[in-house]
Amino acid sequence: MTWHRLLGMALRSLIRNRLRAALTTLGVVIGVGAVIVMVAIGEGAQRVIEQQIENLGTNLIVVTPGSTTVGGARQGAGSASRLTTEDAEFLQRETQLLAHVSPVIATFSQIVGGDGNWRAPISGVDVDYFEIRDWEIAEGRAFDASDLQGKRKVAILGSTVASQLFGDDSDPVGASVRIRNVPFEVIGVLAEKGQTADGGDQDDVVLAPYTTVQTRLSGRQFVAQILGSAYSAEEVGEAQEEVALLLRESRQLGSWEEDDFTVRNQTQIAEAAAGTTETMTVLLASIAGISLVVGGIGIMNIMLVSVTERTREIGLRMALGARGSDVLSQFLIESLVLSAAGGLLGLLLGAGSAFVLSLSTGWAVSLSVSTILVAMGFAAVVGVVFGFYPARRAASLDPIAALRFS
Amino acid sequence: MDTPVVQTNALTRTYIMGRNRVDALRGVDLCVRRGEMVSIMGASGSGKSTLMNLLGCLDRPSTGAYNLDGVEVANLSKNELAEVRSRKIGFVFQGFHLLPRTSALENVELPLLYRRDSLTTPPREAAKAALQRVGLGDRMDHDPSELSGGQQQRVAIARALVTSPALLLADEPTGNLDSRTSVEIMALFQELHAAGLTVILVTHEPEIARYTERIVELRDGLIVRDVPVEDPARATHDLKEAAHATQDPNNPTHATRDLDHPPSLVLAAGGES
Repeated sequence: MTWHRLLGMALRSLIRNRLRAALTTLGVVIGVGAVIVMVAIGEGAQRVIEQQIENLGTNLIVVTPGSTTVGGARQGAGSASRLTTEDAEFLQRETQLLAHVSPVIATFSQIVGGDGNWRAPISGVDVDYFEIRDWEIAEGRAFDASDLQGKRKVAILGSTVASQLFGDDSDPVGASVRIRNVPFEVIGVLAEKGQTADGGDQDDVVLAPYTTVQTRLSGRQFVAQILGSAYSAEEVGEAQEEVALLLRESRQLGSWEEDDFTVRNQTQIAEAAAGTTETMTVLLASIAGISLVVGGIGIMNIMLVSVTERTREIGLRMALGARGSDVLSQFLIESLVLSAAGGLLGLLLGAGSAFVLSLSTGWAVSLSVSTILVAMGFAAVVGVVFGFYPARRAASLDPIAALRFS
Repeated sequence: MDTPVVQTNALTRTYIMGRNRVDALRGVDLCVRRGEMVSIMGASGSGKSTLMNLLGCLDRPSTGAYNLDGVEVANLSKNELAEVRSRKIGFVFQGFHLLPRTSALENVELPLLYRRDSLTTPPREAAKAALQRVGLGDRMDHDPSELSGGQQQRVAIARALVTSPALLLADEPTGNLDSRTSVEIMALFQELHAAGLTVILVTHEPEIARYTERIVELRDGLIVRDVPVEDPARATHDLKEAAHATQDPNNPTHATRDLDHPPSLVLAAGGES
């Protein structure tokens, strides 16, 4: 029996039971629709997060001190040696591939000013820091070269610190704060940056020229990290290699020695974040997939009823010369038609719902061709898997018993 | 001499149900020549249904040989049996077994769709020809629900004929029909037989068996009687006579109803008792 005949036969018998076929299909429609909506939402969210991370600067390169091993016990980051401001300045002078370089000297201190006091991390940074972190000044101004050279006692407050010291609406620019009893003039307030991925408050920070922090506050040459940014995301890898080479030179490492520092980029962090949303998408899709499986069970149920109901028909077809395989394909194609129709309708339903959802809630949704193909393929697989058992049962009927069946 | 269409040799069929053993057939030797019209009779439990299933290649014998139209079929596989049914046998059932909500034409076409060899005529054309042959050329697009019982059985006969089978096997073909329609159907079988078709008819009604040439009677799984019918009844003749007898010009409204009881059938029933 040819395929188009089988298909015609399947369609005819489904049309004979229109309502039942429609209700059976509904399970798959909802299943496929749900998968498509969920994946569309998940992928939309993923895309948004990827964009945000890109805005944060995937060009970012972070150099941290390396680790050492003392008597077999690894000592953790920073134990081997320290990065110094000289390293940062060497990088600034020699780099070809970095657009910006800034050392970060980190310390922690009580800050007194305005109406109160507040304990916050102090970062000693270079002029480039704002470019590297893509951080804007809400009020006042950023540091300039003369602030650095003159080791001026100027500070820029994160918005959290500003509101803790001066209240929410006041303008602290021009005011004075005391950090470890050293008076600093507030020259600017940072724009709000919000939380980091792990919940840290990025706005709870005070920035000052690293030269000032070094001489006035920490009194040491060491820097916590050196930040740099490549010209583009594509060049991050090369820039990373260049940084490593320059630092080996700056730190006079012999060729037999390992790097005593670590150079990392944000791609890994971005990948981790994207991975999180991907996990979420998979989770949503699997929950939706369950409804597709339930839809498949509906198909199996109805096909079993249909086989029982049409036992005499099956017996007749066998008496007329149909082989088991003919009967098998007939019923398999029926369930495949059901699930494929359900898949198509579900696709329309899912795409429509995703569209309406994005209009009404403003959520980003993204429907890719691969999502559609996977959902349709899954629907077809459901049809075959859940149609197989009833079809097998039909094919293995004894024609004599089937003809007598009433 | 021409090879027989049906030649069985010591055919047995034993059913084993749990610990019970039922010998439905206990050695049947039956020969049906090409062009014969034979009735198989017997009470229920005599084994006639079992024999029919074996003759129709729906079942395989426990022991014995069966040659159908030159093919040994006793030991064929399921798929090979399906192939034999498709090529050599036309079935007519008591309950018609037409696909509902499917036109007469498509019903008749059905056996051809399962043919694996190439067909000389397209299925649609062959189905049309078969329907014309049973006198339903004007009802091809009707669903079974739009046809009378007799017409439905004619569609079923057309479906059996469409593959030009070596053997037409009819299982109680008139069991669901009234007397008059039964005679009409028998007239059709006689017409097909006259054209050379080999017909085996399973029935428990002697008045139907009268229309065949030979009666084979089974009892307890054995053939107990195999006799030619002396002067077989002619169905067309009986129909004419019935129509003539009930043609009462004073009461034409009863004519149709009275046709359900043609006098010849009353006579036949009387002769049996």
